[in-house]
Amino acid sequence: MIGIEHYLVVGAILFVLGVLGIFINRKNVIVILMSVELILLAVNINLVAFSAFKGDLVGQIFAMFVLTVAAAEAAIGLAILVIYYRGRGTIAVDDVNRMKG
Amino acid sequence: MPDIASFFLVAPELQLTAAGLILLLVAAWGGDKAARGISVAAAAVFFVAGLQLIGPLHTGADGPDTLAFGGLLKVDSFALFAKALIYLAAIACLVVAPAFFNSAAAGEERGMRAEYPVLILFAALGMSIMVSANDFMTLYLGLELNSLASYVLASILRKDQRSAEAGLKYFVLGALASGILLYGMSLLYGFTGGTDFASVRAGLEGDLSLGQLFGLIFVMAGLAFKIAAVPFHMWTPDVYEGAPTPVTMFFSTAPKVAAVALTARVVFEVFGGQVAAWQQIVMFTALASIVFGALGAIGQNNLKRLLAYSSINNIGFILLGLAVANVAGASAMLVYLFIYVVMSLGSFTALLMLRGENGDLYETFGDISGLAVTRPVIAWTLLIQMFSLAGIPPLLGFYSKFVIFKATVEAGLVAFAAIAIAASVIGAFYYIKFVKVMFFDEPAGVVTGKSETAHWVLLIFTAAIISPLGYLLTPSLTDLADKAAAALFVAV
Repeated sequence: MIGIEHYLVVGAILFVLGVLGIFINRKNVIVILMSVELILLAVNINLVAFSAFKGDLVGQIFAMFVLTVAAAEAAIGLAILVIYYRGRGTIAVDDVNRMKG
Repeated sequence: MPDIASFFLVAPELQLTAAGLILLLVAAWGGDKAARGISVAAAAVFFVAGLQLIGPLHTGADGPDTLAFGGLLKVDSFALFAKALIYLAAIACLVVAPAFFNSAAAGEERGMRAEYPVLILFAALGMSIMVSANDFMTLYLGLELNSLASYVLASILRKDQRSAEAGLKYFVLGALASGILLYGMSLLYGFTGGTDFASVRAGLEGDLSLGQLFGLIFVMAGLAFKIAAVPFHMWTPDVYEGAPTPVTMFFSTAPKVAAVALTARVVFEVFGGQVAAWQQIVMFTALASIVFGALGAIGQNNLKRLLAYSSINNIGFILLGLAVANVAGASAMLVYLFIYVVMSLGSFTALLMLRGENGDLYETFGDISGLAVTRPVIAWTLLIQMFSLAGIPPLLGFYSKFVIFKATVEAGLVAFAAIAIAASVIGAFYYIKFVKVMFFDEPAGVVTGKSETAHWVLLIFTAAIISPLGYLLTPSLTDLADKAAAALFVAV
């Protein structure tokens, strides 16, 4: 029998993978964008699982909003990445260091 | 169907929405030539929306009448106070922008972009929703509307590498913060009754379960990211330095107000029954922000970067008021917030006036050496702002720190107040460095450009409020802040 805790564990694993993807990754900013999406999807799994187990629709409505915002966020993130690449000619994370201190 | 009263409650937001959409079309149609007209229109809309807040602010609003759309939004005195501050800051950031973008300071991309006022409108709309949110769903939507507009604002100078890098850093860390906040909200939703503040609060009665505790901590961490409090402050200096100066001015005022107001609402209305669980976290964050803000600023040479650390330091004092966890503390926090916004607007306006012969902007200590000889008025007003930020009497910045310490001591948290006072002495070091550089060093002679009238007006105006004249304002400010703080504690 698959219970709520299984879904929560999957959500937690995805969330941790997303956070690690942002902090450990030193190569590519695109990977960071993917990690952000992973975090938001982990949240969605949580919301939908809770919603189904509680028999309460609010969580699923929330998940719809999160999906929509995630799409807008990805669009803006990619747009910023494009202007960054035009200026610098690289999207390696280690090169994002024009400002320090 | 939501009743008609709900629409009246959110009238300012509706006006901002309509204006934002219409001006976006005008911007698409008229291009950057229409930028000045759009700026004026946006400032007018903020002014009109702000005027409608004055009446309810004076009479005070709390209780069930302030709930709109079935409890999704709560337009009480607290939200009105925050909104009034946000609109004021937004108007100031619209006023100073054209002179910056139309000068050589904007680099290769000279010329005001028509999107700038529209983005400020949408960001302020998001903040308006944030501060009046009464449900995690509205909270999230407001926060994201604000954040998405802010990411674009940070990178609005597309050909400037620092601006693009600031946008990228702000985006990555902002998205991570939203994710952490959202994960916390999903846990709170699952382990309590729903997403609205009242049912989450009801579900948090008694001992916290592990899931609830994790939810609380994730939400607090996400909010700390948004207000740039230690230990989640590392993005602030880079973003402040890289973003164009009018945008930095916006970031250090309006979103700070919104995020602090949001944090206050969440800790009092959602976690209000679990004060012991969050008070230590907020107290640690407050003191750490004060200390790290003061220490971090010491070695800085770039003035925008220095003001970033100064804002971290100030956020610490604001959180100290929050950590007191009573009406007096919340009221002191709001008074501090108002005075902080005025000081920030003033100091960034002064930075915007440090222009060279052909209009380019100077922003390091080396450039302002001997400023008192070459540009005495700018030097003296910058000095007033810095002394006020340091909390030196008789300036108004002293009063703001005084009310915070008063609330802290009266609540019996004397040790914490002592640490904060000791740290503000460290902070005084770099504020006083301004005196040494501007008044006693050899003139660098680079800041020779003419300043715009709009900048002069804002500079003199903020300096007048910060000067001892500002104490005339304090009775009515305290009155409004008391009403706003009391509204937070009224159960609905």
